[in-house]
Order: sequence, then C-alpha cells, then structure tokens
Amino acid sequence: MKILTAILSYALLSALPAFANKIYVSNEKSNTVTVIQSDTWEVVKEFDAGNRPRGIGISPDGAHLYICASDDDTIRVFDAHTYEALWTLPSGPDPELFVLHPTGNPLYVSNEDDNLVTVVDTIKRTIIAEIPVGVEPEGMALSPDNRFVVNTSETTNMAHFISTDDYKIKHNVLVDQRPRYARYSDDGSILFVSSEIGGTISVIDTTQQAGPKLTAKIGFQVAGVEPEWLQPVGMRVTSDNKWLFVALGPANRVAVIDVEKFEVVDYILVGQRVWQLAFTPGQKYLITTNGNSNDVTIIDVDAQKAIKSVQVGQQPWGVVVAPD
Amino acid sequence: MKLAIFVVSVLFLYNPVSAIAMEIKIGVLRIDYPALLPISRFDLKPDDLGFAGGVLANKDNQTTGAFLGIEFSVTYVTTSPEEVIIAFDTLLADKIDLIVLMAESDDLLKLADRVGDAALVVNAIARDTSLRDDQCRANVIHIAPSQAMIADAVTQFAMWKRWKRWFLIHGSNPKDHELRDAYRRSAKKFGARIVEEREFEDIGGSRRTDTGHVLVQRQIPVFTQNAKDHDVVIAADASNVFGLYLPFHTWNPRPVLGSGGLRPVTFHPSHEAWGATQYQRRFEKLSGRYLQEADYEVWLALRVIGEAVIRINSSSPEKLRDYILSDAFELAAFKGRKVTFRSWNGQMRQPVILTDSKITISVSPQEGYLHRRSALDTLGLDEPETACTEFKKRGDL
Repeated sequence: MKILTAILSYALLSALPAFANKIYVSNEKSNTVTVIQSDTWEVVKEFDAGNRPRGIGISPDGAHLYICASDDDTIRVFDAHTYEALWTLPSGPDPELFVLHPTGNPLYVSNEDDNLVTVVDTIKRTIIAEIPVGVEPEGMALSPDNRFVVNTSETTNMAHFISTDDYKIKHNVLVDQRPRYARYSDDGSILFVSSEIGGTISVIDTTQQAGPKLTAKIGFQVAGVEPEWLQPVGMRVTSDNKWLFVALGPANRVAVIDVEKFEVVDYILVGQRVWQLAFTPGQKYLITTNGNSNDVTIIDVDAQKAIKSVQVGQQPWGVVVAPD
Repeated sequence: MKLAIFVVSVLFLYNPVSAIAMEIKIGVLRIDYPALLPISRFDLKPDDLGFAGGVLANKDNQTTGAFLGIEFSVTYVTTSPEEVIIAFDTLLADKIDLIVLMAESDDLLKLADRVGDAALVVNAIARDTSLRDDQCRANVIHIAPSQAMIADAVTQFAMWKRWKRWFLIHGSNPKDHELRDAYRRSAKKFGARIVEEREFEDIGGSRRTDTGHVLVQRQIPVFTQNAKDHDVVIAADASNVFGLYLPFHTWNPRPVLGSGGLRPVTFHPSHEAWGATQYQRRFEKLSGRYLQEADYEVWLALRVIGEAVIRINSSSPEKLRDYILSDAFELAAFKGRKVTFRSWNGQMRQPVILTDSKITISVSPQEGYLHRRSALDTLGLDEPETACTEFKKRGDL
C-alpha cells in the first residue's frame, strides 16, 4: 500500500509539469515576487526579489528567473524552483524591461537613464555591447528569426531596429507619444508598438524590402472612459496571428484586436491599472498584472473572458510563466 | 584598397541617419527683473533658471533629430528690461524665428507685436489670464498655465474635499489682485463660497531675517483672527510676500491652499509618477541642482517646437504654429496624459500638480470634472469664455 502511494504520488508529481506551470509576478511596491500555480490558481509562495522589481523573464529551460530590480540598478537571478537568489547581472542603472535570446543568452536590456540598450552575456555575466539609442529607452522585442532586437524610446518616440550581428541601428520608425512596449507576431511579419500617451498601437510591417514600414495605427474607444485614460502598455499576440491582446493601463481593460482587420472587437474588464500580460504555454490562458488593485486577472483566451482574479503583492508589474 | 575606403566613406556621408538635412535655430530670451530675495532659500533663482531645462530639451530634440537628419541649436540670452529690444532684435538678425520668452506680460506683448508673423513666440512663464483672453496674440502660444487654470486646479481639489467655505487672503499688488480675481471667478465656477476676504499689505522690506519666524508666529494669528466660519484658507500671493507664512499660524486650524500650504505647480522636483523620475535624474545630472517650474516650462517649450519639427519636417514658424495648434499635435510631458493646445487662444492644456513642497499630493483636473472635449479644458478659459478673437480670425477654429 505504501509503495502504491509512493508510486501514485510520484506519478502525480512527475505529471505536474504537463498540467501546471508556475506563474511569477513581480510586485513593484512590496519588493517581492508572487508565485501562482496555474492548475489551482493558488499562491504558493511570495519571496523577496530586490528593490522595485519590474521586468521579469525566465530562461528557456525554466531554471532561472531574471528580475529587473530597478532601484538596485541590477538584474537579479533566482533559482526558479527554490527561489534562492543566485547572482546578479550587470545591467546599467534602472533596468526596466529586457528580452532573452531563445537560447537563454544573451539578454538585451534597456537603460532609461543612459539612453542605452545593453547586451549582457548571461553565462559569463559580462556586458557584450552598449548601443546608444533614443531618449528613455523602454520597450524591447526580439524578432523571431533573432536578427533584430527592437527598442522603443519613450521621449524620442521611435522604434529602433538594432542588428544582432553588429549591434548597429539599421532602421528607425517614428511612432506616437511614449512608446512603452514592442512585440513581434510569432511569424515575425508584424511588429506592434504601444504608445501609452499617444493612445495607439503602431502596426509595423517588417516584410518590406526597403525596411520596416508603419502601415496602420489602432486607437481605442470605451464608452464612459475618458479617451486620455486609454493608455496601451503590455501586449501579447496569439501564435495563429489572429488576436492581439493589449493592456490599457488606467482604463482597467484588456483590448482584443482582430489582427487581420486591425480592429478592436472587445474590451475585457480586468483589475485596476493593468500593465503587463503573459500567456500560459499553449496559450489557453492570459495573465494580466493589475497594479492598483494588487491582483492578477486570468483570461480564458478562446472565450475572451476574464475567469478569475488572484490577489498578489503590492503593485504587481510584470509576469512570466514557466515553460513546460 | 584606397578605393574601398573611399567608397565606404561616401556611403557613410550619404547615410540618411548621419546627413544633416535641416537646421533648426531656437532662441531663449530671459529678462531678469530686479527682485527681492524669496521667503525661502529653496526658491532662490539659479543663474541658469529656465536655461537648464532648455539644455535638457535640446539634448532630447538633438537625439531624435540625429536619427532624422535634423540639427537643433539653441541660443540663450539674458537681458535687463531696458535692453530687451536690442537683445530681441539681435536674435532676429541671426535669423532665429522660433523664440521662447521668459518675460512678464507687458514685455511679452511688446516683443510679440514687434515681430508679428515673422516669428513664433512661445510664452514660457507669464501666467496673466489676459494673455489668453482679450490680450491674446495670434503669434504667441502659451506653455505656462494661466492664473485661471491654476486657480481652477486648486478649487477642484478643495471641492473634491468638500472644503466649500473659503477665507481668501490676497496681497496688495496688482498681480495679487489678478490672482484674487482668478480665485473669485473659480469659486463661482465650481460652487465654492468666499465667506471672508482680507488683504495682506506688502509694506516692502526684506522677507528673510534672522529669527523672523518669531515675529511671523505673533503676526499671522492676529491677522487671521475673527474670520467667519471657513473650511479652508486660500492664499492669493503672486508677489510671494506672505503665502508661505500662513500654514500652522492661522487663528483657526485650517488647511492653506494656493500660494502657501498646498501649492499648484507645473512641476516639482519630488514628482515621480508617470516616468518623471528618469526626467528628474536627467535634469539633475545635467544641471547639478533640483528642477524649478521655469526649467520645466522652458523644457516643454523647446520640446513642443522639437516635436512639431520632427513630425512635419519643417522649419517655418507659421507651419509649425499651425501644426502645434492642430488636433494632430500631442506631446508626452511626464504628467500622465498628453499635452495639447487650445486652438482658440494658444494655451497649452496640461494637468496641474498640487504639492505640499515635499511630495505630489494630488493632480488636477480632479476625478468627476468632465468636459465634452477634454477634462483638461475644465481648467482655465474654455472656448465660449475667452474674449480672444485673434485665433478665430486666422482660421484656427
């Protein structure tokens, strides 16, 4: 009987990764990361993550959690399973957002204070390159073919396309005010850039011979919400390239955009000051961080409905889900 | 090998990123008026007041310009009121036709009328409501909020708190009376009641003396004694003579708003929301001091010009003016929402920060104050209220 239980629990344990993933949420104000289990949506842990944790990412093997501890001017690396602080990466001052190469190395991070994008070797823990960009670099995206890393600069209002070969800027595309976030479609054909103060998503066609081209701008409109509070920030696009989800900050909604028509089809009411988004593997669920209501909302992606909210730490900012 | 090098350098020269296609020359002219030292040492005027904000803005403009082949340069000039015409004409002679003025309203009007449509004049700091009203000029746009906007920002907060009964204390100089009138108008607009009004006379003399607080602690309670029941004290002290003395010293324990206590400002060095921390750090790194309102206002003025140049790729003052006044223009200004311009009087729409001088306490417009165009238009003169017709004549509406 004991053996049977042992086998059963072993089977359960080993089966767990296929059904449940850990969701890591950075809490900007409480200086912690909250860990949520995706099968039960229960909080399993909250651990100290350094001062003002914001941008958060995970290594492709799911072993290491990378967190921009903005007020510590460093990227902290944690064991994603034991939550033990392992080491830090040099990042330059006030790191906010980064992208990881799909192999886990290097890491590209924006440094708002120095107008630089820094390329960090995650194994040697050294700086490989520093690329001067526009004023207040923020959003970071990596093209699916890994040829370009894109940075958006909030005061210069541009998307800078940086070659990952020679770390030189090859193209600049002017977008609306305060571009916050950039995201490629999975096929790499479109780059979406959200402009927080401009209140628009710039759609950039990346397949043109002559270089990336701004082809459309998507705006928002919600009855009863002042237009100025419709401030797009975090984005995720489904891998079938059909739906773009956009967090609308103080409008407390996630917009659902039909990618083919570049039209908003729905607004999903979530928590307050919705900031960043992440899919669970397989894109069954979308998690939103809600900074002013101290919770995350779980959205059923197919149904395009909010199904649950989970309390986390104070002022949740970023979110990442462990890979399968 | 030589040929190869030659080809490479030609390519580099013709690289659109590095080629300079357009040069934009901007002037910032500051008139230094004789003035007494301020009540607080924190309000001392540094030599680079305003200009430091300009230097930061020009760096911002240049960074973007470098990617687009636009070069920005700024000439900074200080002058006395007596020599302002010479200083202004020198800028014009240098073919500078985008001019930011840090001047009082009389001088501003004199210069704006002197140049007419040959230049775009940007009013960085003058707050007189009349400049946005019957004294408006079609070639002048205003960065600084009007006294009417400032008063409305305070009133909305007071009303949100339900502090409806006001004890209004104003100074004795003409500009104090203008500010008093702005508060009277604002009280009427939003339904506050002025139950008591007193004038604090400016008798001159220095504002800071050793142990001056001892005298203040005796004078202010007596001055504010026997006022009718009020919820709040509103200080209208544009001359900076007494406003800062009021908090804690009033006869009745009441909050003070306006020129002391909770103060309406365009920006404050403690303001951190909406990405402002990075802005503050950039300013402090460059200037070695904390930012003052005039620095933010000049920064905004140059960013407005820079943004317009970048978007329409033109250096013509008239085209830039038209674009700035159009619906297409918008700029992020670290105050949570875009700043734009009122096409009826050239006034920039912007939120007003309310500070206790340590932190941001609130930002107006307050929740619930709605407007068909923009909530920002609940602050200051709205289209039907202004006597300004210069813009209408030019077809800006």
